[in-house]
Amino acid sequence: MRLAITNLEVSFGERRVVDLAELAVGEAEIVGLAGDSGSGKSMTTLAVLGLAHTVGARVSGSIRLDGAELTGLSQRQMREVRGRRIAAIFQSPALAFSPVYRVGSIVHRALRLHGMTRAESAAAAERGMRQVLLPPALLDRYPSQLSGGQLQRVAIALALALRAEVLLADEPTSALDVTVQAEVLELLRDLRDRERMSVLFISHDLAVVAELCDRVAIMQQGSIVEQGPASQVVTAPASPYTAQLLASVPRLAAGAGQ
Amino acid sequence: MTPPPEGAGPATPPTPEGAARAVTPEPEGAAPVVTPRPGDAARPVTPEPEETAPAATPRPGDVTQAVAFRPEDATRAVTPRPEEAARAVPPLLEVTDLAVRFGPVRAVDGVSLRLAAGPFGLGLVGESGSGKSTIGRAVVRLVAAAGGQIRFEGKDVAAMRGPALKRYRRAAQIVFQDPDNSLDPRMRIGASVAEPLIAHRIVARRLAAGRARELLAEVGLDPELAGRYPHQLSGGQRQRVAIARALSVQPRLLVLDEPTSAIDVKAQARILRLIADLRAGRNLAYLLITHNLGIVSELCEQTAVLYLGRVVESGPTSGLLGVPAHPYTQALRSAVPEIDPAARRSRLVLPGEPPDAASPPPGCVFHPRCPLAIDRCATEVPALREVRPGRQVACHRAEEVLAGVKMGARRSSG
Repeated sequence: MRLAITNLEVSFGERRVVDLAELAVGEAEIVGLAGDSGSGKSMTTLAVLGLAHTVGARVSGSIRLDGAELTGLSQRQMREVRGRRIAAIFQSPALAFSPVYRVGSIVHRALRLHGMTRAESAAAAERGMRQVLLPPALLDRYPSQLSGGQLQRVAIALALALRAEVLLADEPTSALDVTVQAEVLELLRDLRDRERMSVLFISHDLAVVAELCDRVAIMQQGSIVEQGPASQVVTAPASPYTAQLLASVPRLAAGAGQ
Repeated sequence: MTPPPEGAGPATPPTPEGAARAVTPEPEGAAPVVTPRPGDAARPVTPEPEETAPAATPRPGDVTQAVAFRPEDATRAVTPRPEEAARAVPPLLEVTDLAVRFGPVRAVDGVSLRLAAGPFGLGLVGESGSGKSTIGRAVVRLVAAAGGQIRFEGKDVAAMRGPALKRYRRAAQIVFQDPDNSLDPRMRIGASVAEPLIAHRIVARRLAAGRARELLAEVGLDPELAGRYPHQLSGGQRQRVAIARALSVQPRLLVLDEPTSAIDVKAQARILRLIADLRAGRNLAYLLITHNLGIVSELCEQTAVLYLGRVVESGPTSGLLGVPAHPYTQALRSAVPEIDPAARRSRLVLPGEPPDAASPPPGCVFHPRCPLAIDRCATEVPALREVRPGRQVACHRAEEVLAGVKMGARRSSG
């Protein structure tokens, strides 16, 4: 397994917000982590990134990347992992890019921080942009000159430029139009198949999860209540909570599906 | 402390059978002018409702009549009525050739819409920048029209002044996407809901607090929340408060601008049920602005699809989503993620980004991204025309789209 999480607990003082027995993402696999707001999905992301302490949470348990334990690492060691080996994209790509720098300057700074030379960084950024099907010329623009969908692709391009093994995608399409969402989902599938990327895809939208993910874990109040192949979980949910989530998704009327 | 009802009880999911049911239950008391034919009640939704017979339409005079809430209505999705029913009564709202400009940007360019008296839902769908929210704001006079007309019960909204405008402000209310920005953070919930009651002199000041609590109960909140501040409520609860505040002045028209986009999926389902209940219980008509086609499918009889400030297609919702006549509707429809693998369709991916509304392309504004574009599309603006009863479409090749012409659709690999 690329990423293996076991017995992960995240607490704020006495209050435990994540109590996750087991969750793993294999090579070239997209695993969905779905649940309501407050179910602990995003705290799980922060814990995997080694950032839970920044919001005052305590983490215990095991998080392994290609077999190597991450939880005991120092912040300096964790910086080598975060961004470079485990990349993350979030709901609002606009917040991920400072508005006062050109997109390319933000990308290059990240690449050079992870040890690339100027020439390596330029080549990697261009390659990353091509992989997400964007013209590299967009790197010369400011964030406000790109659409939300384009910015989300640039964030993914950065992960690709660093050759990240695992991509944590926390509600990456929730703020996008449905047509743009379809493109980003298509891109993630493509990266799984072409680059053998592992993706942990966090979402409250079970329809998106059903379309995209190979496997899905359903999270409720910090724990996983159900886990299995996506097609099975969404067509024959074992947990009443999953059934409730499924029923909450607005559907096109039966007649409109023909 | 009483736990708020939101999130407390088990949510009753809207059943798939409910979503497919054909006829909106007519509450007792709202006597329909037209009696539905006996066969109508059990008939399932067909992809072509525009070709079915008219269903029952409530009298316009019934709009203020109170109707008992029936619990079974809560789980039943609102289902579209055929187009003829909407035409049989004079429209509550009629938008004709509306234009709104922001400097050089033509945000809305020649949009016409009709909204029947309630219970009736018209959905406005389209991507960001399509002008759907601007239309909603123009309807409640938050932005000025640069051209065209908005008529409410036959009266020109732009010409309203003084008492007439105040009456209109009561009759037409708007609910925004983000309740955080529409509720004053320093005002208690009860005071926020009571404020319009006092401003419009609907009840005496001393009775306003009690009426506010009744309104909170009507939208499914614990009246005790009246003493709280907005930040002490969840996003879904705050949106209910915003709806209670809009309802306080007994509007006949609600503009719902992405009312559930900022809240999570279970709270969203509860808000959608609330809207379905209110439309039946209060005979509401609404303009529902959303990018979520599932929501219009559940709550709107009619839908208009917008692209770059123009209506590209409109008609009865289930027919429009079932068999789109415009390639853009087709693309939107095919982009909707489906839970059921069997319902997934081949995906029509649009190349590029929507064009700049400040310098729209010549001819059909959609042609640079259209998989069916021909030479004519680059030069000749397609007029909105009726291709089926009740279905309007602005596309030179609509007949071919309806006939199922191949559009280079591809099924994604997942």
